[in-house]
Amino acid sequence: MKRRSKIQFPSKYMLMCLTAICGILIYISFTMNLSGGPLNTVAGYVFIPMQRGINSVGAWIFDKADSLKNLKDVMAENQELQAKVDELTTELNTIKLEQYELDNLRELLELDKKYPSYEKVAANVIGKDAGNWFSTFTIDKGSKDGVEVDMNVMAGSGLVGIVTDVGPNYAKIKCIINDTNKTSGMVLTTSDNCVVHGDLQEMTENQNIPFSDLKDSDDEVSVGDPVVTSYISDKYVQGILIGYISTIKNDPNNLTKSGTITPAVDFEHIEEVLVILEKKKTSEQEE
Amino acid sequence: MKRTIVVGIMVIVCFLLQSTLFQALAFASIAPNLMIIVTSSFGFMRGKKEGMLIGFFSGLLMDIFFGSVIGFYALIYMYIGYANGFFRKLFFPEDIKLPMILIFASDVIYNFLVYFFQFLFRGQFSFLFYLKNIIIPELVYTILVTIFLYFILLMVNQKLEMTEKRSTGKFV
Repeated sequence: MKRRSKIQFPSKYMLMCLTAICGILIYISFTMNLSGGPLNTVAGYVFIPMQRGINSVGAWIFDKADSLKNLKDVMAENQELQAKVDELTTELNTIKLEQYELDNLRELLELDKKYPSYEKVAANVIGKDAGNWFSTFTIDKGSKDGVEVDMNVMAGSGLVGIVTDVGPNYAKIKCIINDTNKTSGMVLTTSDNCVVHGDLQEMTENQNIPFSDLKDSDDEVSVGDPVVTSYISDKYVQGILIGYISTIKNDPNNLTKSGTITPAVDFEHIEEVLVILEKKKTSEQEE
Repeated sequence: MKRTIVVGIMVIVCFLLQSTLFQALAFASIAPNLMIIVTSSFGFMRGKKEGMLIGFFSGLLMDIFFGSVIGFYALIYMYIGYANGFFRKLFFPEDIKLPMILIFASDVIYNFLVYFFQFLFRGQFSFLFYLKNIIIPELVYTILVTIFLYFILLMVNQKLEMTEKRSTGKFV
């Protein structure tokens, strides 16, 4: 009996074919700026439920282990805290009065307009970049939940990154610390603009993100000033906290300054993020 | 057919573990590269064709979920799988030296290529820094994981080869 009647396709030619396919794919995603398409949908339905499952199991185990370990500590802490609660309650009453006063003053200044509250949706991080070179991750909310490409992502009060790709039930997010990323920022105290760019080297060495092109001729910007997303950015909505300036120095041209920012978000341990469901409207899109 | 399904499951499991569990177990934010272990192992255990196909699909998975360009990782992994296929003649299951060396080399080449195309082209020249902080830690971690994962892959492959032999035996 013949072992196999099927003609074997030599692996050499197969390699050539697949290389050509890859080349075409790379070319298409470069020129048309499209990634995945139908592949996204298929992959999303196959992998996302599994990743979500593993993550919930992992979280559950960590939770249980933690709760057993912490029970004793918590008992002791509880007593300590009870005493503190009494102390703080009195303090709180004073602060409440002050808050009331502050609210009134704010209303007068119309500060609310400057920092609008955007509509957000919460999502869980379900997978992180499998390589070690880039900082991208996937979340478990996709186009079905209203997430679109170019929406901003926050964790806590700080900016995390931007949605670069969506599937039906997941979205791909590029962090602001990613090596290829550039964000337009603004120093809150002086309203001076600067460019914040992700840098793998600076991030691994000092856990900071560098910024450059800060025009500050009056020397008013100092260490500790908050940096937020600026109004001139075409993708990031205005007024989201990026971080605080940790070092600053003059550039050799004596016109601009550069330095580093300590990010407001702990990028090592992001578990939950908020996606802002509002995209920055530019004149191009309005047409 | 059975082989395709089993190998497919292996690739999927490794991808899922790498993007979830091992990211949580990462030392100094460096995670091992399981996909390279699978691609490389099947390359030298089963030959060029299988290594190439497994590499292509594992790379494609990476591209879809984490890549910036579709096809980049697929291309790298595919060539790594193919290249490992040349060593099939030298491969003996009992000997762990050759697999270690090949997986080590594959991981080095993979990281060099990623650095070359994605970092050097954008003017990030401090290669020594990346070597010290990204490439070498990943290598060490990957080799450590290889010691366990390689034997699992070897066992799966031997089981598959045994059932395949049995089923062809029936027809003779």
